Amino acid sequence: MEMPRPNPDVLARKQSVMSRLLQVLPADAVIHDPAETRAYECDALTAYRCPPMLAVLPASTQEVSDVLRICREEGVPVVPRGSGTSLAGGALPTADCVILGVARMTEVLETDYDNRFIRVQTGRTNLSVTGAVEEEDFFYAPDPSSQLACAIAGNIAMNSGGAHCLKYGVTTNNLLGVTMVLMDGTVVEVGGAHLDSGGLDLLGVICGSEGQLGVVTEATLRILRKPEGARPVLLGFDDTAVAGRCVSDIIKSGILPVAIEFMDALCIQVCENFAHAGYPDCAALLIVEVEGSEAEIDHQLSKIIEIAKRHKPVEIRESQSAEESAKIWLGRKSAFGAMGQVNDYMCLDGTIPVSSLPDVLRRIGELSEDYGLPVGNVFHAGDGNMHPLILFDANKPGDLEKCEAFGADILKLCVDAGGCLTGEHGVGIEKRDLMTHQYAPQDLEAQMAIKDVFDPDWLLNPAKVFPLDVSEARRAAA
Amino acid sequence: MRPETEAELAEIVVGLNGPVRVSGGSTRGVTGPEDVLETTGLSGITLYEPGALTLVAKAGTPVAEIEAALEAEGQQLAFEPSDYRELLGTTGEPTIGGVVAANISGPRRIQAGACRDFLLGVRYVDGHGHVIKNGGRVMKNVTGYDLVKLMAGSWGTLGVLTEVSLKVLPKPETSTTLSVSVPDADVAVQVLSKALQSPYEVTGAAYDPQKGSAYLRLEGFAGSVKYRSRKLKSELAPFGALSDHGTTDGLWQGIRDAHSLADQTGDVWRISVKPGDAPRVAEKVGAKQYVLDWGGGLIWALVPEGADARANLDIFTGHATIVRAGTDTVEALGRFQPVNAALSALSNGIRRQFDPRDVFNPGLMG
Repeated sequence: MEMPRPNPDVLARKQSVMSRLLQVLPADAVIHDPAETRAYECDALTAYRCPPMLAVLPASTQEVSDVLRICREEGVPVVPRGSGTSLAGGALPTADCVILGVARMTEVLETDYDNRFIRVQTGRTNLSVTGAVEEEDFFYAPDPSSQLACAIAGNIAMNSGGAHCLKYGVTTNNLLGVTMVLMDGTVVEVGGAHLDSGGLDLLGVICGSEGQLGVVTEATLRILRKPEGARPVLLGFDDTAVAGRCVSDIIKSGILPVAIEFMDALCIQVCENFAHAGYPDCAALLIVEVEGSEAEIDHQLSKIIEIAKRHKPVEIRESQSAEESAKIWLGRKSAFGAMGQVNDYMCLDGTIPVSSLPDVLRRIGELSEDYGLPVGNVFHAGDGNMHPLILFDANKPGDLEKCEAFGADILKLCVDAGGCLTGEHGVGIEKRDLMTHQYAPQDLEAQMAIKDVFDPDWLLNPAKVFPLDVSEARRAAA
Repeated sequence: MRPETEAELAEIVVGLNGPVRVSGGSTRGVTGPEDVLETTGLSGITLYEPGALTLVAKAGTPVAEIEAALEAEGQQLAFEPSDYRELLGTTGEPTIGGVVAANISGPRRIQAGACRDFLLGVRYVDGHGHVIKNGGRVMKNVTGYDLVKLMAGSWGTLGVLTEVSLKVLPKPETSTTLSVSVPDADVAVQVLSKALQSPYEVTGAAYDPQKGSAYLRLEGFAGSVKYRSRKLKSELAPFGALSDHGTTDGLWQGIRDAHSLADQTGDVWRISVKPGDAPRVAEKVGAKQYVLDWGGGLIWALVPEGADARANLDIFTGHATIVRAGTDTVEALGRFQPVNAALSALSNGIRRQFDPRDVFNPGLMG
């Protein structure tokens, strides 16, 4: 993956940039020693690493504003960083950049149950937002697999999803307002505790802009009352295509499960070995979860089972206890970690229309044979968000490149099926060069025009999202 | 001007030498330049997959046509778009492009989300005459910037929508409306708030001060609606006895379309606030009559003709939009609430990029 060459002029001014930053930040918030900046050399896309010139850890919106103003005056690129859990390389530094981490900004600023929102600093982790409202039986809905570690700042940057999006939507559907600092240091308030935007929906375009428009320091998030209960049913099938048709039939029936998760044989096996969830040994497994009171859950599950039976499942198992439900979810949620224990893998994130599931799975199987690399499939089937896991050997020369080429082919397949390159992980550097497969030049121009307005010098996270040759003129002019 | 293909529309835009009013069915009272660029020639559902909960339609497709197609499969537009015809005395046929351009959402918005939350993808012609696509037809899509949300609610000022792709949802098996008599608006908002804080999935929470009644809607499978209605009645018992009205689609349509203000003299404003602020805001704007929807988050206010409902609102967060008023009032006050200097710089910057000649509904949004 190519990254722009560091600007020698910026590198030469490291000391003076650092001393200016030290005027606005405490000494321990400016990290400059190469032994320490190395901690910021990558995010969860660990195949790519590059220590930044400096890293800063501001503790307030004012400090973020000071940092950005100085960096803009100095012409230094800034790469914002939440918790560094991006799977797309969204927080990958360049050697001439300042990493701006929000890790010291973790406060809850306001909790309002009557109006059903919470306002937090964005360094706070996703799970600890729910943690802050749990005692009143409320929760924050988006639940990416990394929710224990990932920060709200990163969730907003990537418009993160999770397993329960089918019912609750993704970050953008649960974000009410932000405090954001522009590259010139201007602090803007967008949205708030009220619903709907008064003017243009800037909040909508900020969410998912991958840290390229500004640094979000505070967020107003919608919180919801927890359902009375939730329970999954496991459905096993001896054919992946049949499982796909079952998903479609469940959705058509009028039931809206909170989650429909799909795993193929390879993933079932790996997850079962890890979590001992009692997954059946079969070609495809669905975890379908519904919510409500006991009676409501029974009613919905019985309807789902009735539909599933028409597809001749090899296994139907309703969870009998809270412990069993937790185990079933542990297996699914630890799919990536469990796979990582047995093999190197690359995780993809394309989305396809649910109806093309059988076709796409068949094509992935064919590609797997062509490339000679095994692939496991685990995904949010209700909304068509696939996470194929390609297994490779990082120590074998050429295997990573082969894996990346295979991954690119799968993502192109998703686009050609009527879907998209990324459903919830973001473009980052990982899918940057595939953007031209999904979007025509004028489509990308329209997106870059937004960045021109928010960050005219293209200093914020400049080497991401858009193919380097497409953004080159803009980055060079800066 | 009424193009019948996207390419024809793009050609027209390239050839424009003056401003135009971009229009769907002309039912939402937008005024502007004399030359009208209509999308009604771009009509028809292009894709509908009930099993994927997705529908794609050309922008000029009548909402009624879409609702009928969904109805046949037991599905619906969950954001329940309002129909402004009765309130504004307009006669056209609301189009899906118009609904999206204005981000029109009804009572269920409080639970299911707004129009923009159901919008998966758009195609539009920008001010350069370029056909742009963004998003797609899948529910999870974070590929590049989300111009889909930006186009929703941009009232045609950034481009002319040609096609929209929407997430649809199953229509509930049944519904019921609970009402409770509460003469005091503050208490009424507490009732709505309490209901929305419950786990019982209230999909409508409105208050009509004229009638002194708070209304709550429950939807879903029959057994579930019955169960939740029983639970809510007992949880809200301290506020009084709740009556159960069964399915009352007409009542919610009335709230959705601000029906009770239609025949009244005066201007109509739509005010978006933090729900708990609603009673005080209604008082501050000097509403002669009003209705609360979205648990208090939306105020439909009837004010004396020409009055500036924004005059006393500076201590509240939110915004006030004119829905019905004389041309003089709209010109003097602006249909949309002005945003602060920093946001205005960003919004104007985006408009200059998307519509550099300022031909689409110029000045409509400030």
